[in-house]
Amino acid sequence: MIVTEADRLPAMNMEIKSQDKTTAKAGSQIPPERPLLQVKDVTLQYKTKDHLVTATYCVSFDTYAADRFILLGPSGCGKSTLLKGVAGFMKPANGQIELNGKPVRGPGPERMMVFQEFDQLLPWKTVKQNVMFPLITGGGMSRAEATDQAMDYVNKVGLTKFADAYPHMLSGGMKQRVAIARAMAMEPAILLMDEPFAALDALTRRRMQEELLQLWDDVRFTVLFVTHSIEEALIIGNRILVLSPHPGQVKAELNSGDLGIGSIGGEQFQALHNHIHEMLFADRVEEIEDDDR
Amino acid sequence: MTTAETFDAQGTPGRREPPRRPEFEREPKPFDDRVDVARPLTLWERVSEITLVRRLTILVILAGVWQLYALWVNNSLMLPTFGATAEAFWREFTEGRLLAMAWSSIGVLLKGYLIGVAVAAILTSLAVSTRIGNDFLATLTSMFNPLPAIALLPLALLWFGLGETSLIFVLVHAVLWPLALNTLSGFTSVSETMRMCGRNYGLRGLFYVMRILIPAALPSILTGLKIAWAFAWRTLIAAELVFGVSSSSGGLGWFIFVSKNELLIANVFAGLGTVILIGLIVENVIFRVLEDHTVRKWGMVR
Repeated sequence: MIVTEADRLPAMNMEIKSQDKTTAKAGSQIPPERPLLQVKDVTLQYKTKDHLVTATYCVSFDTYAADRFILLGPSGCGKSTLLKGVAGFMKPANGQIELNGKPVRGPGPERMMVFQEFDQLLPWKTVKQNVMFPLITGGGMSRAEATDQAMDYVNKVGLTKFADAYPHMLSGGMKQRVAIARAMAMEPAILLMDEPFAALDALTRRRMQEELLQLWDDVRFTVLFVTHSIEEALIIGNRILVLSPHPGQVKAELNSGDLGIGSIGGEQFQALHNHIHEMLFADRVEEIEDDDR
Repeated sequence: MTTAETFDAQGTPGRREPPRRPEFEREPKPFDDRVDVARPLTLWERVSEITLVRRLTILVILAGVWQLYALWVNNSLMLPTFGATAEAFWREFTEGRLLAMAWSSIGVLLKGYLIGVAVAAILTSLAVSTRIGNDFLATLTSMFNPLPAIALLPLALLWFGLGETSLIFVLVHAVLWPLALNTLSGFTSVSETMRMCGRNYGLRGLFYVMRILIPAALPSILTGLKIAWAFAWRTLIAAELVFGVSSSSGGLGWFIFVSKNELLIANVFAGLGTVILIGLIVENVIFRVLEDHTVRKWGMVR
């Protein structure tokens, strides 16, 4: 299905074919290294007041070191739930999540999370203290070490002047920068980001995307990034996992490593954008037909 | 005229189009010196910004009204003047009797308050960590919170005899329930994001409660502490009025009771004034400072 779709897009054709996971498995190509994060057939369910909702069904994917791995899908496809599963806030009903070969059991500081909400910073701590706090409690650092490390990352996100400010004095974009600095200062095995820029205005969001890419260029961290914006996925990610809605199932894994902010509006960018758009849009039509029956 | 033109352009009357206006770009004008960008406030504006000044003014006006009315009534047995009350207050204060009485009241109060706070902390910790603890606290709070502490005094006297222990028992009852109720509602209103953050750091158990839940719920906890303080203070004075002879030094309630018996009405007012004064100091100095250095500084309350 993916291959035939891709045939209509000459620019992307070669890449999608060669990087398609099923093709890779079927062929003799063995990935060069062990994946950092392995999600195997994970089904996640949560209870509401009177329903048991299946958020994702049999989702599998592998993330390698220094990946900018995007979970993309319409709202209700369980992408945030999947991220919570990886973070350890939810236990999979089925399947396994392994980090470096060890199964994930509960939340931990080696998988730092950046949330969408601005209230993720502790209001009773200054910017610097917010970044230091997990270093001391979760990272086992001394105060002096933590201060150095924290200031290092506060500088990296450009908030040196605001190190002693409290979160309520900061703008939304600055708060998200602190959250990113806090997560990165822990130097986690993998950084989990749950639509971190969704609540920002368009101009700030674009700047934050640029800054994140710059930071990645500096530090080469691994990030698992949830978004519902195709554009954001193309800009940030090097590999995009497309999920179908309700319950989330894998529809495709695509490469977008050579697309960045500079390629917005370009032919290749538009082609892949439209391709993903069609993929997601097709589902919506099916859903309506199902309802009619 | 413009409308008519657009009609013509469209060819279909009734479809209004906004007029086309020319585009322009321009540099902002250099700022005019005569407009204030930032000007220091006048002395009057600055003084009226100070909360203490505004509140003291209200107090002075109230004292003035009292003085005039008392002079008009002219019956020192029913309503002594503000001047006479202030004089009685100063006399009792400097002679040491009032201070000692107030101090013994505060001593008992603090003991009861601290025990109540400790028990409330234990109960709410149980309530947030286990479901049965939550049920336990919810049931007890709904049972005992409406029960006036002073109503337990006869029972306390029977159990613990005439003395400080009975007072402390009643005080703990006055403090415990409002504080537990507020603290619990504070804990339950901590946002899910903040909880997940704390657990993301790998915090668990007591550390999690101390480092995340308590600071995050501090606005509610402080409200609970304030309400509990007021309840305790009221209960104590009332209890002293009923059976003041708890110990040789009496207490403020006892001071008021005795002064009334001796028809030293100015002293009664001085005693009441002391009760009010201590309440004001605790509310506006101690709790205010506590809030300024915590929740207000953190932007959790305005």
